Amino acid sequence: MTRRHLTLAFVVALAAAWGFLPDFSVTVLAYIGLYALVAAGLVMLTGVGGMTSFGQAAFVGSGAYATAWVCTSPMVSAAIGGVVSPALLPWIGLLFGIVVTFVIAWGLGAITLRLSGHYLPLCTIAWGLSFYFLFGNLEFLGGHTGVAGVPPIVVAGFSLASPRSLGLVIWGVLLLALWALHNLLDSREGRAIRALKGGRVMAESMGVDTGRYRIKVFVLAALLAALSGWLYAHLQRFINPTPFNLNIGIEYLFMAVVGGAGHLWGAVLGAALITLLKEQLQDILPRLLGSSGNFEVIVFGLLMLFVLQRFADGLWPTVARLGGRFLRPATPSEPRSTLVLPETALPPRGQVVLQAKAVTKRFGGLVANDAVDMDVKAGEIHALIGPNGAGKSTFFNMISGVDDPTSGEVRLMDRQMAGQPSRAFAALGLGRTFQHVRLLGQRRVIENVALGAHRRGKRGWIASMLRLDRAEEAALLAQARRQLERCGLGEFADVPAGSLALGQQRVVEIARALAGHPAVLLLDEPAAGLRHLEKRALATLLDQLRAEGLGILVVEHDMEFVMNLADRVTVLEFGAVIARGTPLEVQANPKVLDAYLGGVDEPAEEALVGQAA
Amino acid sequence: MSQQPLLQLEDFCVSYGAVEAVHHIDLRVDTGEIVTVIGPNGAGKTTLLCAAMGLLPSRGQVVLDGERMARTSVEAMVARGVALVPEKRELFGEMSVEDNLLLGGFSRWWRGERDQRPRMKEVFGIFPRLEERRAQLASTLSGGERQMLAIGRALMARPRLLMLDEPSLGLAPLIVREVLQVVSSLRRHGVSVLLVEQNARAALQVADRAYVLEMGAVALQGQAKELLHDRRIIDTYLGLGARSEDAAAS
Amino acid sequence: MDLQIALILGQDGIVNGAIYGLMALALVLVFSVTRVIFIPQGEFVAFSALSVVALQAGRVPATLWLLLALAVAALAVELWRWKRGAAVDWASTIAWCVVFPLIASALVLLLRPESLLMQTLTALAVIVPLGPLLYRLAYRPLADATVLTLLIVSVALHGVLVGLGLLFFGAEGSRTPAFSELRLDLGGVAITGQSLVVVAVTAALVVLMFLFFERSIVGKALRATAINRVGARLMGIPTGLSGDLSFALAAAIGAVSGLLIAPLTTIYYDTGFLIGLKGFVAAIVGGLASYPLALVGALIVGQLEAFSSFWASAFKEVFVFTLIIPVLWWRSLSSRHVEDEE
Repeated sequence: MTRRHLTLAFVVALAAAWGFLPDFSVTVLAYIGLYALVAAGLVMLTGVGGMTSFGQAAFVGSGAYATAWVCTSPMVSAAIGGVVSPALLPWIGLLFGIVVTFVIAWGLGAITLRLSGHYLPLCTIAWGLSFYFLFGNLEFLGGHTGVAGVPPIVVAGFSLASPRSLGLVIWGVLLLALWALHNLLDSREGRAIRALKGGRVMAESMGVDTGRYRIKVFVLAALLAALSGWLYAHLQRFINPTPFNLNIGIEYLFMAVVGGAGHLWGAVLGAALITLLKEQLQDILPRLLGSSGNFEVIVFGLLMLFVLQRFADGLWPTVARLGGRFLRPATPSEPRSTLVLPETALPPRGQVVLQAKAVTKRFGGLVANDAVDMDVKAGEIHALIGPNGAGKSTFFNMISGVDDPTSGEVRLMDRQMAGQPSRAFAALGLGRTFQHVRLLGQRRVIENVALGAHRRGKRGWIASMLRLDRAEEAALLAQARRQLERCGLGEFADVPAGSLALGQQRVVEIARALAGHPAVLLLDEPAAGLRHLEKRALATLLDQLRAEGLGILVVEHDMEFVMNLADRVTVLEFGAVIARGTPLEVQANPKVLDAYLGGVDEPAEEALVGQAA
Repeated sequence: MSQQPLLQLEDFCVSYGAVEAVHHIDLRVDTGEIVTVIGPNGAGKTTLLCAAMGLLPSRGQVVLDGERMARTSVEAMVARGVALVPEKRELFGEMSVEDNLLLGGFSRWWRGERDQRPRMKEVFGIFPRLEERRAQLASTLSGGERQMLAIGRALMARPRLLMLDEPSLGLAPLIVREVLQVVSSLRRHGVSVLLVEQNARAALQVADRAYVLEMGAVALQGQAKELLHDRRIIDTYLGLGARSEDAAAS
Repeated sequence: MDLQIALILGQDGIVNGAIYGLMALALVLVFSVTRVIFIPQGEFVAFSALSVVALQAGRVPATLWLLLALAVAALAVELWRWKRGAAVDWASTIAWCVVFPLIASALVLLLRPESLLMQTLTALAVIVPLGPLLYRLAYRPLADATVLTLLIVSVALHGVLVGLGLLFFGAEGSRTPAFSELRLDLGGVAITGQSLVVVAVTAALVVLMFLFFERSIVGKALRATAINRVGARLMGIPTGLSGDLSFALAAAIGAVSGLLIAPLTTIYYDTGFLIGLKGFVAAIVGGLASYPLALVGALIVGQLEAFSSFWASAFKEVFVFTLIIPVLWWRSLSSRHVEDEE
């Protein structure tokens, strides 16, 4: 059986057994479901999106308090009085909670998600604490005593008051959420979300608005937490601030990390493990240690330390690997493509597609690029060479939109690109590769290549979650496959990208760039680390692309590769252009010789023979 | 000289994951010599030096003054009197010139040899410009001065072998000349030098022997003054390959 | 609010600010040298204070047993590493795993200190070695991990230590007697001797740290490791040393802070966390890199807390922690363009 069958079997077994399980087990399962919902959001946020949050408990609190207030506040019942029946109050509470959480999360996200690296989690600790103290001190929310008398959820006259009945709903919601999240990750948007962790420069150059996506993932995780809070409030029927403090927020992260932050089922595993462990420890530890108190945190902390040192990816991958021996691997199915992706025609041969006019870049007192003039035409290969420290990488960043020149102009498809982010460059038809390969190593090659076609699709988050994007997705994957085959790597489509040799990975990056149907291709040291045969294959590929009308700029060190391939060559030294022309002209240029071989004395008195005729 | 070489690399290989950047290199530096390793960019010169110092893992043998190093580690090499001036200099930018030099002598201080002050005077004697700027922060120095500070810092440890990684990088020709003159004079102070350089001409003028690295392997080796006149160097650097024969024939 | 009250609050703010400043110094120190954001710094404070309380009551503080347990564990780890062929610095290992714990044990078990001074010194002897031992057991194996992973380790460690604190000291709070019963009257405002002690000790520690880092070669070596790890290695500066030393200093600062505030307020097993966090806000103001800015931040936090406790006492924590958000945001604007984490 496949993983899908196993999952279905699990769900069916749970549903069937639900009626027969003892009360205690059902309650524990209900709580596991609640925590898993929050942990699933954390998997998206931290595991996939790379943003660590210790403060999810605050959002659980906002969902819980929103509904508790709506359902018990005399003000609210006075306001809606006879208009709406009291049975609908929990649903209004849900709506209110979602809206409030959405607003808070979007606001917090907009401010704090700019903070990368370690600043963001520190911020989450801060507002996690802040919210806790806020909840505990606002009188209308009951202060530290909390709110009691929260009514149960009523569905079609049936009151879901007991853990047995609400627990079923909780698991239903959890499974639905996991399904939706799985769909999201398995789509174009999912690829973009995964790219967030792999490097924002890379994602932006594929056309992904990383700032916006980060906020959206953050809000998604917050909404899942709020949903959990809503269910929690109507399960417990009273709430106080304690379950929404920082320690619980930390526990949620533990659940995600121990389970396996990169895997959705890891959330369920982690939630189950920690909850069950907590139950056991709360019984055993006080007896063992001879005093009462919450000592589980000691064990959790030690567990975390152990997991971080030994199982950096959490426990789920190990479990999955063990289980994988018994399961048949599911062949990823791709529906037949009926959709055609939009394609703009390539500009005519010889037209200038990319142009740099007097591009200068200063870093403080250092002039990295000095009035560099250069252009790339459609249907040509233009090479940019120069010794170490000549300013090639800086220039590359200028013309790809990663950085802005201090003065001078960069024009792409004859449009002024001053101050534009690299995704604007991508939108106009610029594709690029990276000096140090930036692929998502654990994803399949075809998924990596499909990321290059990101801006050619339109289906958004909701459509992806509801599986309404299949036709477009098929077209995107078909396009990716076509580019891979064009680059000669068609047979590797379904293997993890990290398992390929470096040379092949570089070609995958080119295929990824091609998937975007670019008019201009910027290649950063494509031949570095390639063996002789691989270089020949690469040269053939580039020749072919030139013939098809692409404008290609290659930054390279490998002279032999470049000289046999390029139509024109520009040479940089100390940030300025010192020579340009055909390969033959450049090789004969004494200034170029000096730049590369170096000189201590004036060239005239040099003993080194070799000024080519 | 029939005594054993100061440094010997035997069958030395360095890999980055699956890619072998340096293949089976045999190289030696005798006491009192200046040996240079030149070659085009990407040939593996920096990789070679960093691995010899222990900053990168390697396979093959490193023999220092007859002692086979079981496992090269930076700490072991420093303790045995090897100093590396890396490509990026790795200065302590927020600290003064004087503090940078002082820390250069840390390994000796830690071993109990407290001669940092007199040694600093000697280093100032070699680089008078550093003395003028002794209280300045290292990050405010010019490129050439930083290079001098990096070398001076390495000299504070009284190394037997000084390894220099592309000292001419980013420096104007005049400064390059100044720096390499200092390197040349180190012989008199009893320091042997292994110099990695992209600037072939300058390096060959200063060195005794040279190795030319291409694609991670030794393509040429010999006396520096002879290689200075060797046509094949241009081919290596400019990737001319077969074409060079045609050009020379005309 | 009249001047009188303002001055009293101001004084409170300064005293609290001094403690937060010490926290901030320790946090900046540890982060700049090891890239660890040391959330458990506050636990050193609580443990030290509560250890003195135990000593005063004539009991053996449980922290001694923790110290011995960690010492044994760390020694075991070094032996195991040695067997696997890793390079082990036996000198520092013996120092931290054997010598210092033995001294602490001798002081607690044999000397049985009676005077406040001796009890203070004993507490220091017990707490300070905890720093390097925790570094070796929890952080050193992950020395090359990202700042984020190290942060998660810190959070996990904090959980363990708070839990142990509850186990060792129970849920009740305690206070120690003041170092000085002095009460001065300056222009109508009472200044307690204890406040003076706090400010004086803080100032002394700041000066000592300044001298250490600016004048001694070891201090410079530590700074250098923080500025450039590769460069420090090439100078022969042992990287393990910087980890051990910075954690030892942080533990010392934490221990002293605990001794200073124990007479001023009731210390519970979890008091350390909030103090540490406020020190943390101050450290963030300094960008986790600048000591003077961190001290300024600490004074700001102290004043903010003092005055908001007067006006809206329930919400003072809310104010202090919400303050982190704009500060972090401002910091992220002024820090360099962040490169991707590979």
